[in-house]
Amino acid sequence: MLLTGAEIVTRVLMEQGVDRVFGYPGGAALNVYDVLYKCSDKITHYLTAHEQGACHAADGYARATGKTGVVFATSGPGATNLVTGIATAYMDSVPLVAITCNVPTSLIGCDSFQEVYIAGVTLPITKHNFTVQRVEDLADILRRAFKIASSGRPGPVLIDIPKDITANTCEYIEEPAQQKIMPPTVQNDWWSIANIINEAERPLIYFGGGVRLSGAGEELRELIAKADIPAAHTLMAAGILGYGEKNNLGLIGMHGCFTANKAASKCDVMLAIGTRFSDRVALNTSKFGGESKIIHIDIDASEMNKNVNVYTPVIGDVKDVLKKILPLIKKKSHPEWQAKIAEWQTQDYIPVDNNEVLRPHQILHAMCDIAGKEAIFATDVGQHQMWAAQFLKHVDANSFLTSGGLGTMGYGYGAAIGACVGTDKKRPVIHITSDGSFHMNMNEVCTAVSYELPIITVIFNNKVLGMVHQWQGVFYGKRYSASEPQRKTNYVAVAEGFGATGFKCSNIAEFEEVFKKALEIKGPVWIECDIDSDECVYPMIPAGGTYKDTIIG
Amino acid sequence: MDEKQYLILLVENNSGVLSRITSLFCQRGFNIDSLNVSTTDNPKISRITIVTHGDEKKFRQIIRQTDKLIESKMIFAVEPSFSLLRELLLLKLEMNSAEEIAAAEAVSRKYGCNIIDHSVGTLVLEFTGTPDEIDALLEDCKGFGILELCRTGVTALERGKVSYTLD
Repeated sequence: MLLTGAEIVTRVLMEQGVDRVFGYPGGAALNVYDVLYKCSDKITHYLTAHEQGACHAADGYARATGKTGVVFATSGPGATNLVTGIATAYMDSVPLVAITCNVPTSLIGCDSFQEVYIAGVTLPITKHNFTVQRVEDLADILRRAFKIASSGRPGPVLIDIPKDITANTCEYIEEPAQQKIMPPTVQNDWWSIANIINEAERPLIYFGGGVRLSGAGEELRELIAKADIPAAHTLMAAGILGYGEKNNLGLIGMHGCFTANKAASKCDVMLAIGTRFSDRVALNTSKFGGESKIIHIDIDASEMNKNVNVYTPVIGDVKDVLKKILPLIKKKSHPEWQAKIAEWQTQDYIPVDNNEVLRPHQILHAMCDIAGKEAIFATDVGQHQMWAAQFLKHVDANSFLTSGGLGTMGYGYGAAIGACVGTDKKRPVIHITSDGSFHMNMNEVCTAVSYELPIITVIFNNKVLGMVHQWQGVFYGKRYSASEPQRKTNYVAVAEGFGATGFKCSNIAEFEEVFKKALEIKGPVWIECDIDSDECVYPMIPAGGTYKDTIIG
Repeated sequence: MDEKQYLILLVENNSGVLSRITSLFCQRGFNIDSLNVSTTDNPKISRITIVTHGDEKKFRQIIRQTDKLIESKMIFAVEPSFSLLRELLLLKLEMNSAEEIAAAEAVSRKYGCNIIDHSVGTLVLEFTGTPDEIDALLEDCKGFGILELCRTGVTALERGKVSYTLD
């Protein structure tokens, strides 16, 4: 069948099972948008306020549903506005296909209006990218893009299509969607790996987002239970084990639990699963893991010995590797090690409740209790993000959406839109943000109003750029350079101005009351929570430190 | 720690593949000493030889990162002592007298160079050899006025019955 390039784009999206996309139109993208209009019964396009919001939405959609997110943008500024969103997805291994249109082939290289070499710009932040040169190549490039984005360690793929190619025609033959390909697990001496674990006296599991991507939560639980191994998680793995679940030591790293960090220094065997020893966890690469033998399981060979030298590298899909090891693991308990951990846990930081002023942990506990287990949480970046990771009692691996690797302020609202769309508005979606982060992309509330998305935004308003403020307080002699913006934003009025609903509260009883109300409202709601400017994230280990340098209050 | 490293890459012969590779090197602070690219007997595959220097651990890391590129088909480091490293030099010398020409011809004979051009006042030598041989030749030519020179950068094959072909 003879189709135009633009028609081929939508046809291949349908082949791949895509029924929801995010984006923003423009001159170079007109042909594609015309076809999207014609097939709007099959593919719903969600128009955002800004391409960055669209890209974060596609990312949040992917994280919440496990499918590949799709975002459209036009040439030039449309494409460059995607950059932060693509980099966010790249750093957190999110499957994403970004389709940009470019000026016609004849105008490429002429500094034409809205022309940018986006393939060059996104070179280091995509898993791969394509510039389409002939309409005959388009269908296969699109198919390859979906395969690359979801296979192995997932990541974003960008396809740049010049406008004339979206108008040119060629023969299109439908093909069934290809399954993602997982690279085979590299053969290993499974017995000897199991033996290291079986002989361990002080084992520790440190796991990351790879466990979620691999869907290996059950295998992990089985390993923890069978060999009685305490486990600490990275930011990207929050929610895989339940809050307070046996052997869950909680968050590890810069703002992780004291016990998790101390256990990482004192263990004799460390099983690092689906994780990459980032500088927020392995703060001091030469001391991380203490004297332990580190077994590192990851699908990406380039992560082996990258930041921390390991004893045994295991390259393969986490679920597959754990399935191979599990039958060889002996049932065991480590009472002495567990006793030590229990003793350290008495030193873990526990914030004090307060009924007069709002404290972050209380807000987070309250929203979990009220919103229930179905809730999805999207955060921005900074103090509120760390509090969320520490205190949310989320129980579902795909219900905590946060920018871990890139640390993108302004990620949350777009991600919340994507999650809300991806779950058909059936699950409560809560956007946790701060006055700093929210000012970056709060304009996306108009999108939530247009599509009646019931996203609840909880703004932790401490009137300062909290994380910067905290570091300046601790390390820069309280010289609060550019971190006290003196903003006078009236959040309730702004929310109403956008057509949303706004609330303000200053103690926990008020918060609980308005949060319950918010859950009943059909469209987006903002809840401004006044937080003391001096609230800090504890514990805190300075960059390069170990558990011995922990600051608690 | 700062050793010279010789790297062979077999990559898809697409536009953009070279910038992907150099971008990775650049991001990780590796300076490329020389870079040599050509198509192979398989027109879909290009062969790249990169000479770089740097920390061994970082070097292993960059090999793995490069290996991850979708268009990278094979990548390996070669050990210079088991490999044939060759480089081509074109050298333009200023010639002001018959004595100088005679001296240049003597150097040329010593190294087995070809004299590929003899214009008024200049002489162009062509030489293929190992990087060390080229360095030595250039040292011997210091007495002449060097007007221009270009080196292609190293290209390398391993000795013996090894071959790397891709479908």
